[in-house]
Amino acid sequence: MNNRRNTRVLLSGPYLLWAVGFTVIPLFVIIRYALTDETGAFTLNNLFAIADPINLKATVFSLEIALMSTMICVLLAYPLVLAFRRLNLSKNRFMLFILILPMWMNFILRILAWQMILSNNGILNFILGKIGIGPLHIANTGLSIMIGVVYDYLPYMVLPIFNAVAEIDEDVIEAARDLGGNSLTVFRKVIFPLSLPGLMSGIIMVFIPSMTEFVIADILGGGKLQLVGNIIEQEFTRSSNWNLGAGLSVALMLFMMVSMAFTMKTDHGYGSDGKAGAVW
Amino acid sequence: MVKRISAGLSGIYLFMIMFFLYIPILVMIVLSFNGSRSRVVWGGFTTEWYGRLFSNVQIREALGTTLLLAFISALVATLIGLLAALGISAMRTREYSLVMGVTNIPLLNADIVTGIALMLWFVRFMPLGFSSVLIAHITFNIPYVILAVLPKIRQMNMSIYEASRDLGAGALYGFFATILPQLAGGLVSGFFMAFTMSMDDFVVTYFTRGAGINTLSTMIYSEIKKGIKPEMYALSTIIFAAVFILLLIVNFVPDGGDLKDLVE
Amino acid sequence: MKKMFITIALLVCMTGLLSGCGGSGAKKTGQTLTVFNYGEYMDPDVISQFTEETGIEIKYEEALTPEEMYTKYKAGAIDYDLLCTSDYMLKKLMEEGELQEIDVNALENKGNIGDKYWDFAAQFDEGNKYTVPYFWGTVGILYDTSRVKEPVDSWDVLFNGKYAGDIIMPNSVRDAFYVALKYLGYSLNTKDEKEIREAYKLLLKQKPDVQAYLVDEARDEVVAGNALMAVVYSGEAYLGHQYNENLAYVIPKEGSNVWLDCFAVTKKCKDPEAAQAFLDFLCRRDIAQKNFEYIYYSTPNQAVIDILTEEERSDEALVPKDSSTENCEVCTLTDEKTLDLLNELWKSIKASD
Repeated sequence: MNNRRNTRVLLSGPYLLWAVGFTVIPLFVIIRYALTDETGAFTLNNLFAIADPINLKATVFSLEIALMSTMICVLLAYPLVLAFRRLNLSKNRFMLFILILPMWMNFILRILAWQMILSNNGILNFILGKIGIGPLHIANTGLSIMIGVVYDYLPYMVLPIFNAVAEIDEDVIEAARDLGGNSLTVFRKVIFPLSLPGLMSGIIMVFIPSMTEFVIADILGGGKLQLVGNIIEQEFTRSSNWNLGAGLSVALMLFMMVSMAFTMKTDHGYGSDGKAGAVW
Repeated sequence: MVKRISAGLSGIYLFMIMFFLYIPILVMIVLSFNGSRSRVVWGGFTTEWYGRLFSNVQIREALGTTLLLAFISALVATLIGLLAALGISAMRTREYSLVMGVTNIPLLNADIVTGIALMLWFVRFMPLGFSSVLIAHITFNIPYVILAVLPKIRQMNMSIYEASRDLGAGALYGFFATILPQLAGGLVSGFFMAFTMSMDDFVVTYFTRGAGINTLSTMIYSEIKKGIKPEMYALSTIIFAAVFILLLIVNFVPDGGDLKDLVE
Repeated sequence: MKKMFITIALLVCMTGLLSGCGGSGAKKTGQTLTVFNYGEYMDPDVISQFTEETGIEIKYEEALTPEEMYTKYKAGAIDYDLLCTSDYMLKKLMEEGELQEIDVNALENKGNIGDKYWDFAAQFDEGNKYTVPYFWGTVGILYDTSRVKEPVDSWDVLFNGKYAGDIIMPNSVRDAFYVALKYLGYSLNTKDEKEIREAYKLLLKQKPDVQAYLVDEARDEVVAGNALMAVVYSGEAYLGHQYNENLAYVIPKEGSNVWLDCFAVTKKCKDPEAAQAFLDFLCRRDIAQKNFEYIYYSTPNQAVIDILTEEERSDEALVPKDSSTENCEVCTLTDEKTLDLLNELWKSIKASD
């Protein structure tokens, strides 16, 4: 048993090599920048810079946007996945494609399209005007940034949950129903727990990348609101202060890793206690 | 009755989400027929841009590079990612946490940080060109595959595999016959997420490409200043229509059964 | 599962078909020049024509901003032979010894570029030793005359609060500060901290009135009527007017920024003769005209200006009058300390509510 487990670990060999070569080493390049100043002397100032009022404000705002967007994605994803089940589309991978197909159109073109929809003289206000609802000022606000983020990341939340829920046997749900569970109970006691690994993946794929988002804030936020991603990008491209940019980036990474370490632990604990880990 | 209502509600909800996901695509399709070069002015209906598109060598080359890059990087990432996920899920908690921490790095870093770091690293041992972009894409693609496959491994029923081994199947055969079908959903979505990430990436590609290499993303970004060329909207519409029709055809071709069915 | 394979297989076929075998990676023999330019800043035909006429292959790469160009160049990943970038970045590269001297007088078509533009270039390239002017323009206000009834001739409209919520400012530290500094009557190349802080206060006070800070989308927002006025580059203004004839462009009387993009040869270039040939080619009248008609920014090529239509020549966004550029300055600021201060202040403007 243990032997087979060890052999299986070996399968991750190619990936580990790859990760060391192209993820870990480049990371050290960045860390070196983060821990030095322009003259090359060691400093921790670039890391602590994240606590500067301006940077901190942007970080907190990013955190708000990322958390809210992730939550909205979760709230939108579950009913969608259940709707797929209800309509017997869960086994149909066609739907999976339909979900991801919009993402094949270039990102910037889609975000520019949203700008045209949301702007003051835009498509949304044109339609609202026709039915007599006054123009909404969504453009260049936090709301429009959030719409953009939710739009761009929703499929990454839906897909893993979809995959997890699709796998649940109808018999299991029927059984729960037969035992007197109403829909809510069935969801809470059966579907939701079984979808947890998918949810974890979804949260990681939505929350983490949206923390460093900057293009959406520039275009849909009208550059009036600053995310920490904007600041990092600025330090690298506009100000040419790589040390500070790297410092902020590393500090942010540390913060996210620490806050995620906990989630990770429970995540894996679930896996190894479940059937998969035990059987192998 | 209740069932029908809930099915109806499900349908409406599904439609609403699809509408949300597809409305920008709709806008882009409309723009591809816009007679004006400006995206904010309607200049009457035209198909001119489609004609121009086909005579534009640069766009064709960029499209080729984009698709090739997305396909190879997604494929390699899926292979490496599948093996990695199988291995990672067998790890003890401490190693697991460490490896997953590393896996999350490309997601944690802002694209620009990943892009510049890779560029600085590549410069030391290889010329920038197609292969450097490819390596970069594979690097940021693998985590998506791992994240898509891991939940599937958790749900996987290993007893079938054990049974097949007990019945004398080799490890490889047992794997293809019993494990792969169970992971198919995760693999497919992993592959397509990777494909999508690669198609969409601009920043990392920008910093790791060599001179003369263009993807659609880098082309579109370089056009932002002067206004996106309507040809790009035409191209997007064509890609969209082609994939959509393809999907319909595949979906309505009589199903020969899953690999799973073949095995059983 | 089977369907998946079919789908993927079909996708691969499509890839192959669409890319038309894409076997263009073959090694080119003979001379090659690697050229780094802004996006959409040269007619692709010009490049192929150059190769046809001289046999010299061009490897062409595009960048979005001078800073991104600098990052990529400095990383040393690609040996660029020629690059086209803006005034202050050219000065920075010169100061760092990254550029090669060229013999401007040996250019056959030197005379096509007007003396005025060589003088502009001399503001950062003393004696015209390194750079050849390519395109230029001004920064000014693009506004909607159908809704802004008063004549606009001053930066004041951006700061007096009358058009609150309808103004678009540049999303770039330099351009935003230029506006404020010129409005206050200072040089845009000032190193005086007091003057810069004064401009900062002005911009900070202005922020609630600003609808958005945009660079590339500013023109479209005014064309679409989402905003009444925007600070834009003159070339954008010309295009804006093409899309919406109510739009007008003005270079405010307090003066503004004249920007100049030039081609230069890097020190890494191993074939200066080929580079020289390329520069000469760009100055040729027919080539400059092709590029002009592709880009529609102001050209420094007097030979091209001479054959413009009367309407084009009278367009302030295309051919600014000498009198309008009188108070304008070329940006030559490369002082690190001042730039750090500007960046710091800009960040705090962007962070304010």
